[in-house]
Amino acid sequence: MRHIISLLMENEAGALSRVAGLFSARGYNIESLTVAPTEDATLSRMTIVTSGSDDVIEQINKQLNKLIEVVAVMDLSEGEHLECELMLVKVQAVGEMREELVRMAEIFHGRIIDVSDKTYIIELTGAGSRLDSFLQAIDRSLILETVRTGASGIGQGDRILKL
Amino acid sequence: MELTGAEIAIRCLQEEGVEYVFGYPGGAVLFIYDALFNQGKVKHILVRHEQAAVHAADGYARSTDKVGVALVTSGPGVTNAVTGIATAYLDSIPMVIISGQVPTFAIGEDAFQEVDAVGITRPCVKHNFLVKDASEIAGTIKKAFYLARSGRPGPVLVDIPKDVSNQKAPFNYPSSVSVRSYHPSQHGEVGQIKHAVQLLLEAKRPMIYAGGGVILSDASRQLTELVRLLGFPVTNTLMGLGGYPATDKQSLGMLGMHGTLEANLAMQNCDVLLAVGARFDDRVIGNVKHFNQEKRKIIHIDIDPSSISKRVKVDVPIVGDVAYVLGDLLAVLHSSKQKPEPQALAAWWAQIEEWRGKRCMGYRNSDEIIKPQFVLEKLYEVTRGDAFVTSDVGQHQMWTAQYYKFDKPRRWINSGGLGTMGFGLPAAMGVQIANPGATVACVTGEGSIQMNIQELSTCKQFRLPLKIVLLNNRYLGMVRQWQEFFHGNRYSESYMEALPDFMKLAEAYGHVGMRIDKPADVEPALREAFARKDDLVFMDFRTDQTENVFPMVPGGKGLSEVILAEEL
Repeated sequence: MRHIISLLMENEAGALSRVAGLFSARGYNIESLTVAPTEDATLSRMTIVTSGSDDVIEQINKQLNKLIEVVAVMDLSEGEHLECELMLVKVQAVGEMREELVRMAEIFHGRIIDVSDKTYIIELTGAGSRLDSFLQAIDRSLILETVRTGASGIGQGDRILKL
Repeated sequence: MELTGAEIAIRCLQEEGVEYVFGYPGGAVLFIYDALFNQGKVKHILVRHEQAAVHAADGYARSTDKVGVALVTSGPGVTNAVTGIATAYLDSIPMVIISGQVPTFAIGEDAFQEVDAVGITRPCVKHNFLVKDASEIAGTIKKAFYLARSGRPGPVLVDIPKDVSNQKAPFNYPSSVSVRSYHPSQHGEVGQIKHAVQLLLEAKRPMIYAGGGVILSDASRQLTELVRLLGFPVTNTLMGLGGYPATDKQSLGMLGMHGTLEANLAMQNCDVLLAVGARFDDRVIGNVKHFNQEKRKIIHIDIDPSSISKRVKVDVPIVGDVAYVLGDLLAVLHSSKQKPEPQALAAWWAQIEEWRGKRCMGYRNSDEIIKPQFVLEKLYEVTRGDAFVTSDVGQHQMWTAQYYKFDKPRRWINSGGLGTMGFGLPAAMGVQIANPGATVACVTGEGSIQMNIQELSTCKQFRLPLKIVLLNNRYLGMVRQWQEFFHGNRYSESYMEALPDFMKLAEAYGHVGMRIDKPADVEPALREAFARKDDLVFMDFRTDQTENVFPMVPGGKGLSEVILAEEL
């Protein structure tokens, strides 16, 4: 089953490789991993999307907790949470497709953030499945490149991951 | 007062009460060796290979409750140390390894003797550090010792670049340390402990399974009290031998792949299992599905939550230090009016005695050819069961575990998790240094001993009177055994040709060598060797080439699917 795990870790060189190394060494899946510093400069927050049986997910949580630099771990999938991903898509935009792509971007609540005489860069945010839908909705041959951040997640209401 | 980084590092070791450092110098640690030279508190043991430095520090730690310390240079110094570090990691041995690194300005430039020490060791350390400023050395070493010895112990590496070891900084050794993300628990959860006691008291076919955690936590006394109070059978893992006296009648001996029939069948057939500081690994319970076919309640005490329900689902997890948890468990038991059911227990013991009656460890002795088991029985007699015994890896390791009855903890020193050939001799050096005057034997094979034989030179330099018991069958015995059983007798590369004359080799290093060919000479040779208190004696026992280790639960099989000697 798919799980989205959030963790706080020391904002130190090497901490990321410990987490990534754990997943590869123990054969766990990583669908996506995002990391950036938090408002507390000593901490980074990471979101990992993984999948596995309940036993594997339990081990992943325990093994993450065991890493010395990992300060706190929360399996967001265990409760109400939001997740969001950013995607930038560069598309070929010439002729009548220039109008069509603007409409498609609007439908998906995307923004065109860069325009050249032959291309657009469209920015979309939302759940991964919504970003997938956008890519399926437009003509595949128009896509020049895509870049996605992977999901960031946060618990809803009282579910707070903080020191 | 300002000191150089190197001086700070040595002062930290002094502050930690470190008596011995096992190491090997090189370019990146020259300043550290210079600082070592200028003081008299921390003594250095110069090994002949960095792997041996780490194994020796490991043996030192295993035979005491102290943190072992090794010092190696950058590049090949570190890569040679990796096997030793991984060995300690797999067996949770507290150790601090200080490695030199190329100067900070050269890191990443493929400098001479540069490797990414932190990267290479990451998967086999509890934690590691690269120190980038001399002012950080003291705090880092303090943390390293704290992490190494607390919680589930393990090796911690501190990598110090050469320029940092020559940089000046004020020296203040921190009096306390805390790591905000690291809070190992000591006491288990009270409710779970009460639940465990209830299950134990209601058990009809109880079993206690005790591992290396009992040794690491110095909890033999508590374990022994618990086992005697309850009257239950107990088995020890390879790592746990000595945690409960092997000569006691409640001990069923070792379990697992080469464990006793009674221990394995009691594991398989019990209705309540108390696992103490053990981790249900593949060499212990074999096939998990087969193990799970029998329904039983499992209580698991372990300091590492990730060891619980990793391979086997547990009903009552208790996260805590084994000594504390057993102490609390005993207190609850003492205050309980309930006692284990005598009738059910008597019936269970009758069943166990029936299994024990099969005498699974019997072997056919010979007047003509030396049986390895016979050597170990005699070793046990001659040393009155009171020696420190290290081993390498293979058949001789299993026979030692089976035939040397360890009654005390920290007497049996072997590489259980990683299974590192070449461990025995350097580990024995560390044991002897930690326990001067004690009898230290290293049981080995002709394959293993050659993986670190250069250490005979270290033994000469430091006058370590080890007794090396070589069971020489001219085969990589365990490989040969598996090839016989599972690979159609095709002995692919398991025969050891062109062996040296070990007697002469020992003499060449300045030690006493013996060669023993006849069973009648085994005991006299051992007596003579162990009487030579000041000499290292290397005994080359020429043993039966085809002897196998029984009982055996083949890989992937269940605990009751055992091969006994008589069946072949």
